[in-house]
Amino acid sequence: MANRLTALWNWFDARMPSVAEEFRKHMTEYYAPKNFNFWYFFGALSILVLAIQIVSGIFLTMNYKPDANLAFGSVEYIMRDVPGGWLIRYIHSTGGSAFFIVVYLHMFRGMLYGSYKQPRELVWIFGVLLYLTLMAEAFMGYLLPWGQMSYWGAQVIVNLFASVPFIGPDLALWIRGDYVVGDATLNRFFALHVIAIPLVLLGLVAAHILALHDVGSNNPDGVEIKKKKGPDGHPLDGIPFHPYYTVKDIAGAVVFMMLFCVVMFFVPEMGGYFLEYNNFIPADPLKTPAHIAPVWYFTPYYSILRAVPPLFTSQFPGVLAMGIAVLILFFLPWLDRSPVKSIRYRGIFYKSALAIFVVTFLVLGYLGTEPITVWGQFGPWLGNADVATVAARIFTALYFAFFLLMPWYTAIDPCKPEPDRVTM
Amino acid sequence: MSEKKIDHTRRNLIVATTAVAGAAGAGAAIPFAWSWWPSERAKAAGAPVEADISGLAPGELQVVEWQGKPVWIMRRTKEMLEAVRKSDDKVTDPKSEVAVQPAYAKNENRSIKPEFLVLVGICSHLGCSPQSRTAEAKGEMGADWPGGFLCPCHGSKFDLAGRVYKGAPAPVNLEVPPHAYLSDTKLLIGEDKKGV
Repeated sequence: MANRLTALWNWFDARMPSVAEEFRKHMTEYYAPKNFNFWYFFGALSILVLAIQIVSGIFLTMNYKPDANLAFGSVEYIMRDVPGGWLIRYIHSTGGSAFFIVVYLHMFRGMLYGSYKQPRELVWIFGVLLYLTLMAEAFMGYLLPWGQMSYWGAQVIVNLFASVPFIGPDLALWIRGDYVVGDATLNRFFALHVIAIPLVLLGLVAAHILALHDVGSNNPDGVEIKKKKGPDGHPLDGIPFHPYYTVKDIAGAVVFMMLFCVVMFFVPEMGGYFLEYNNFIPADPLKTPAHIAPVWYFTPYYSILRAVPPLFTSQFPGVLAMGIAVLILFFLPWLDRSPVKSIRYRGIFYKSALAIFVVTFLVLGYLGTEPITVWGQFGPWLGNADVATVAARIFTALYFAFFLLMPWYTAIDPCKPEPDRVTM
Repeated sequence: MSEKKIDHTRRNLIVATTAVAGAAGAGAAIPFAWSWWPSERAKAAGAPVEADISGLAPGELQVVEWQGKPVWIMRRTKEMLEAVRKSDDKVTDPKSEVAVQPAYAKNENRSIKPEFLVLVGICSHLGCSPQSRTAEAKGEMGADWPGGFLCPCHGSKFDLAGRVYKGAPAPVNLEVPPHAYLSDTKLLIGEDKKGV
């Protein structure tokens, strides 16, 4: 039997040797630094979540109806009547939030260890493109259940485009395909969500990994392992990705799946954060829910949008600020002028800035889930302004300060010398 | 490689061919982008609608749908019209300078007949639908609230003529749609050529 299998493989290999070649190049002979820690699980985990979303999504389309009159009912039909339909839907809804959790942790890893710095700028750029595409994917997917939050969330986001000077109203009309978010909008968002954007995502994942494998992985010490090679030509501090990191990642995946299942089976709505309560009410174009907020992963940017006041009877400045808040990530490799990559050897300035940034991101995220009156009002001495709005403005300023002051504080940061080899 | 002479004729030909092919490729996107404009059916569904206002009691608000948007028709009482006068100094654009209403509604009441207010019930901020808050809602809206509208999304407040209060995130007043009176009790929303 074993001989037969070997013979079959040899027959295959003789006709298509590139399979074995690529497997060696990207797995068994891809040398990754030996000192990967906890933070290095999240790249592999985001691939796992992508696979989960694609499989569960395919099965959801088999019962979902992209029609404004039928969509909400078809989702309830999946939840109540389709055998196992509730499970497939909860896999997909939990997967949506899980995707952003692992991606945010993955991005934070990059900021901890300076993984975006030269020579990995392209890896980072493809990563930010992936993040943007994922946001589009999530936003369009959220319209499909056609609940109140789906509807009014989409209405608000599409109206952001209407604030673009001159072409705005026509642009919003073109995106919606109707005077309000309607059947045409639902249908095209469905097409984009299930096929167009996933294809882009897959292509970007390939580009992200190929670019990474060309330059090699960074590590928690931020030193280049390719600088010290052994007599066999392999990095002294590198180990083959397969089997060492595939086994490690499988262990991480098992723990991750345990947490995933806890959420999926016991708290799929996650207290209204993963599935918002108002989305269990069918979309009603004539009535906005009392409090609307995007899903948690968009709320930091939503806070920035709300924080910026209108200027010259236009709310475009807020929209612009929100857009820049995301796009500024592209420039991170050039804003950071530190001679070292890893947080381990950075000075007090970058360490403090990153800590403030994390707090800023979390506070903006929290404020975005709440109405602006959540923290009450100041007294007349501040014009009875909402405390939450003032806080959001301060944290919005801090968000941008992290990036815009980076060329300055990373240049004067008292860094420690990097070691020659990685430490464990 | 660099020492070889470049045959510019051939290179120019390749550049020109690539440019033409690229333009043709971009042009191929036009029919797809074109298909995103509202369909004939959507345009037909967005045609003007008639509203019967004979049953509207003073102070009452009626909602009709036009182009899928809520259109409010409010029959204002004398007190409500007085409240509009009083909020002149609290609103951003008391004289309706920004053109979000037809010329015939650019007046102190923002309406053709002072009594009847016709507004598109979509917030000029980000498109949520504001909700009516009568003068009774003082507990929520503050002791000097004369009645008006509140947008639940981002807290913009509007007075009983749809004018936005100062300090609200909404940049301009609520839109007055084109409309006309076909008779004393029939209102046409979405078109203003006939009647008035």
